[in-house]
Amino acid sequence: MAAAPETAGTGKGLIGWIDERFPLTKLWKEHVAEYYAPKNFNFWYFFGALSLVVLANQLVTGIFLTMSYKPSAAEAFASVEYIMRDVEWGWLIRYMHSTGASAFFIVVYLHMFRALLYGSHRRPRELVWIFGCLIFLLLMAEAFMGYVLPWGNMSYWGAQVIVSLFSSLPIIGGTLVEWIRGDYNIADPTLNRFFALHVAALPLALVFLVVAHIMALHEVGSNNPDGIDIKKYKDDKGRPLDGVPFHPYYTVKDTLGVAGFLMIFAAVIFFAPNFFGLFLESPNFEPANPLQTPPDITPVWYFTPFYAMLRAIPSAFGTQVWGVMVMGAAIVVLFFVPWLDRSPVRSIRYKGPIYKTMLAVFSVSFVILAVCGMKPPSGIYPILARVCTALYFAFFLLMPWYTKFDSVQPVPERVTGHA
Amino acid sequence: MLKASVLIIVGLLGAGTALAEEGEIRLLESGADIKSAESLQRGARNFMNYCSGCHSLKYLRYSRLAADLKIPESEVVKNLIFTGAKPFDEISTAMPADATDWFGKQPPDLTLMARERGVDYIYSYLKSFYVDKTRPFGVNNLYLAGTAMPHVLSSLQGLQKPVYKNEKDAHGSAKMVLVGVEAMTPGAMKPEEYDQFIRDTANFLDYAAEPIKATRQSMGIFVMLFLLVFFVFAYLLKKEYWKDVH
Repeated sequence: MAAAPETAGTGKGLIGWIDERFPLTKLWKEHVAEYYAPKNFNFWYFFGALSLVVLANQLVTGIFLTMSYKPSAAEAFASVEYIMRDVEWGWLIRYMHSTGASAFFIVVYLHMFRALLYGSHRRPRELVWIFGCLIFLLLMAEAFMGYVLPWGNMSYWGAQVIVSLFSSLPIIGGTLVEWIRGDYNIADPTLNRFFALHVAALPLALVFLVVAHIMALHEVGSNNPDGIDIKKYKDDKGRPLDGVPFHPYYTVKDTLGVAGFLMIFAAVIFFAPNFFGLFLESPNFEPANPLQTPPDITPVWYFTPFYAMLRAIPSAFGTQVWGVMVMGAAIVVLFFVPWLDRSPVRSIRYKGPIYKTMLAVFSVSFVILAVCGMKPPSGIYPILARVCTALYFAFFLLMPWYTKFDSVQPVPERVTGHA
Repeated sequence: MLKASVLIIVGLLGAGTALAEEGEIRLLESGADIKSAESLQRGARNFMNYCSGCHSLKYLRYSRLAADLKIPESEVVKNLIFTGAKPFDEISTAMPADATDWFGKQPPDLTLMARERGVDYIYSYLKSFYVDKTRPFGVNNLYLAGTAMPHVLSSLQGLQKPVYKNEKDAHGSAKMVLVGVEAMTPGAMKPEEYDQFIRDTANFLDYAAEPIKATRQSMGIFVMLFLLVFFVFAYLLKKEYWKDVH
């Protein structure tokens, strides 16, 4: 694919000099200035760019936090307070990072929902979707390990509960848990390795996967709210008639999206950094105490739908492994969506009432599961969690049938309107 | 689809507010105002005089307190440091390690208590000691049953007695339920004075839990104004660029 030397450096000066040695202009054109995106992107298409913005925020604030944080069981908690009090602007950096963690899941959940709306996972974008699912999986690991680092009491007991899940695996369970913890309990070695994974291994893998996600997307081109191919109709220069260059059209539009996002983001950081105990949980302002559990051990809000599924499955045959398997399956099933969806059309705009109903039921179930995961497992919540777990899986596992039999509307030849 | 997204977000927020504390006995509202320097100054005085003998504030330095509460450092040294500490030291306590033998547990550090339990909890707790002869120090607390802490402010507040209500439990048998407290013997302060005293103290602990809180909030207004202007320009820029797309 490398351009021949005589055609590569058409520019003069520094850029020309670089272009003869590195495909700078070529990359810029391919991925930004001459990447043609459909002109009809709507509100839902902000969340991809916003995920990138939040990723950058996490990387930059994370680097600065690392400069003052001490990954040791004896010092971690105090070092976070040191950042909050004695480090210049440390409080802002820390709140940007802690709020950024929640913001990451909000934008990623909405970004994934967008794919379900407009069929962005369908052929030929299966790999885009799979890279995305891997990013989501790594993001969960990254967030979990980051949550342990402040070494508050919820950090400690959250780690205790989640790591113990592996002990339900038959035969290897006990040994595996010991290997993960590096100790017989959640302790200093656990904190050390989680720190290493959180600041080096996982971010590196995340960035690599994000690059792969975007490269795969740019190879096949972006989907759009109509779910139709814009490469069918081109002008005499080979540019899609319904496409606009990413720069400047979507760079200015995404700037608008970023401005809107930052207003919400800043409002949380400056006026409600705890976000009513959802983003920063009150028991985590007490240092880790192996002898006393918090009143209720609940994960942070973004894990609660999956935590609710875990708790919804009763133990059977003397083991809890079924709940762990269901929780794992809830993530694994996402990878198969491109092949589960058999509808002849991509976008929900032209899909029939069954898909629309199923997607609505699925979304509501997911939110109810999130609520169930935050509540103690008593009263109506366990049964509600079971029903919603069933509905969650029904959406995916019945998809091959209901998408096939669902009625569809005719798809337009060209995209409809633009925002 | 925008409607659906709004519904989902509203649903999530609703779930969040439904999460709010569901204690058996509702917390009292403290009415503490973290922007009031006078209240914080009085609270610092109260804390140093009545609390710091047992409770440390190990993440807060005297010098930071002096600067934030607009108290000259010399005044802090003269009036608020009882331990021979230097102004840049954290606020520690003279409580020895064997205090566990006296109270059954080490009096907790209070720097982050307001973030852990809330400013209203501290206010409610300090207001709700009641006489209970079964406890080592003769008092119990409405909001922390079996508290190990003596009522150190009893000379100011006076003593209170518990109020019970008869209720039926799940099996239909009668039982006494603690529902509140009422004044028994008067203290040196009138009730309103005492309320203000503990309001200031709770307010000071709210400050101690997050010294940047008041600054953060006032700074936030300027950040929001800037972002609003930025948003308007971003909108106009987008409109300008997109006007030739049909």
